[in-house]
Amino acid sequence: MMTVIASAGLAVNERVEIRRNRIKGSAKGTAEKKRVCIVTGTHGDELEGQYVCAETARILSENLDKLCGTVDIYPALNPLGMDSITRGIPLFDLDMNRIFPGTADGTMAEALAADIIKDISGADICIDIHSSNIYLKEIPQIRINEISAEELVPYAKMLNCDFIWIHSSATVLESTLAYSLNVTGTKTLVVEMGVGMRITSEYCRQLTAGIFNLLKNLGMWTGDTEEVREPIVSGERAVDFVNSGADGIFVPCVEHWVDIKKGEHIGDVIDPATGKLSEYVTAPCSGKIFTLREYPIVYGGSLIARILGGDDNA
Amino acid sequence: MRKTVIYSIQSPYRKPLEITGFRFGQGEKALCVVGAMRGNEVQQMYVCAQLVNRLKELEREGCIAEGNEIMIIPCVNYYSMNIGKRFWTMDNTDINRMFPGYDLGETTQRIADGLFKGIQGYKYGVQLASFYQQGDFLPHVKLMETGFTDHTDMLDFGLPYAFVREPRPYDTTTLNYNWQIWGTKAFSLYTNATDDFDERSARVAVDAILRFCVKKGLIRTKLTGGYVTEIIDEERLVQIHSSCAGICRSRVRTGDEIRSGDLLCEIIDPLEGDIISKIYSPVNGIVFFRYNRPLEFEKSVLYKIIKI
Repeated sequence: MMTVIASAGLAVNERVEIRRNRIKGSAKGTAEKKRVCIVTGTHGDELEGQYVCAETARILSENLDKLCGTVDIYPALNPLGMDSITRGIPLFDLDMNRIFPGTADGTMAEALAADIIKDISGADICIDIHSSNIYLKEIPQIRINEISAEELVPYAKMLNCDFIWIHSSATVLESTLAYSLNVTGTKTLVVEMGVGMRITSEYCRQLTAGIFNLLKNLGMWTGDTEEVREPIVSGERAVDFVNSGADGIFVPCVEHWVDIKKGEHIGDVIDPATGKLSEYVTAPCSGKIFTLREYPIVYGGSLIARILGGDDNA
Repeated sequence: MRKTVIYSIQSPYRKPLEITGFRFGQGEKALCVVGAMRGNEVQQMYVCAQLVNRLKELEREGCIAEGNEIMIIPCVNYYSMNIGKRFWTMDNTDINRMFPGYDLGETTQRIADGLFKGIQGYKYGVQLASFYQQGDFLPHVKLMETGFTDHTDMLDFGLPYAFVREPRPYDTTTLNYNWQIWGTKAFSLYTNATDDFDERSARVAVDAILRFCVKKGLIRTKLTGGYVTEIIDEERLVQIHSSCAGICRSRVRTGDEIRSGDLLCEIIDPLEGDIISKIYSPVNGIVFFRYNRPLEFEKSVLYKIIKI
């Protein structure tokens, strides 16, 4: 059932509406009161979650007898951004994932954020799907703040992702949806995968399979599931960042999610006018490339890759 | 005056971005003023430019106190200003969310790092700041409460109002917050414009900074005494939201003194022209902020009133 869970009037003849598709199963069992939320579209240029939502909704709707409990799908937390290929909230130039938990008596954006938190709160699990930005391609991964790691890693392992990145706590991230929900007791997993403005169908199908595996583990799904992959957990392994040392165009010579040895060639930064090599980019450590630059133009400092290091035998 | 490049970064398609500082006097690093960090902060750049102009004159007249240095950086992000963009040209990140910066990090982290290294060590710091809310504000000075800066220093600007604000999580990566953490007594100064320049409020801001300099013994010049500043707790600001969307026809201006029950604005149906809502003040006070765009959304903050 489609419900508008938050809305506000726009200036001329229109309202912004944040919608939730509630899918209630007809199967009986101990999980009847359980609820899983799938949210995406916080950033209007991140589209991978659209296909995950669509596939999950389609499969569930065709198999309600195999679903015990409720799955709530929120395909667009930032519908105006989605509609206009705008990462933030149009007009405000505001990153929606920096205004949570919001406040009911705040501005339009803050009030919408508060309504979103209110609606999701109390779910057994919330999966918050992001897809990087237009610059970087990410291997399907779960990102977990270290303060929630112990509680969330077991659930993250069910989601059929390749990698779980436990990152350190940063004050600025306290304004995110995931942080706001986790600190108030709603377990929330942040998925990052693919690249902005695109749908990478194999990643979407991979995560969808993971969602059904999670539902099965929660006792909410009796249908078929695929065997899920065992993710690498960052744990003690360091994540190394490779930033461009020069400006120009970056041309990679490695594939995404491959093993690489320290000193091996990742790609070149080239001066587009002369063809002259500006930087021969190499791996600072041995490991696996889980982030790789997609957008070719770089400044000094532009992120080229992230490598899960600490694997000198790779 | 000495003109120096604080930090520079190469672009693949443009001449290098050179963040330029204008230094007056020599000796102890006394005051640094930073203007536009976003591409739409025209007023903030204009205030700094006028300040540079006044300080050049004062320097010619020998009115800069010996043993002190004042530095003004009118515009950090002119790359974005020149193409009509608010945030960084390439990746749309906000330099004022990247402090203290990181010299091996992403581009805007490197810019923040380069700028921050160039402006550290000053006793006082003033950032010409802007709001994301569109509207007119009464000029004021704001202090982010970190425990490192004395509230009473704000009185030396001689502006009518000063605010103390508790930092929120997203504030911890701003220049103002990090300046204070690194030992500079930092203030944010707001005028009533951003995208356009407003001559009158720019003059108020320039005079306020010069007055601060006089009070701190950094320059010698004659200025009006300014206002007896009232330090306002943010809780005294009453926000008035719109109950519905439409065209906003305001009946008051910033600075107006109003009584409880006074009409603030009418909301007009944008297609049929009917008055669909009238908004009245719930308190006695001074209009501190007024939304100034014709179209407004439901729940927009239309006014902020200092309760009296």
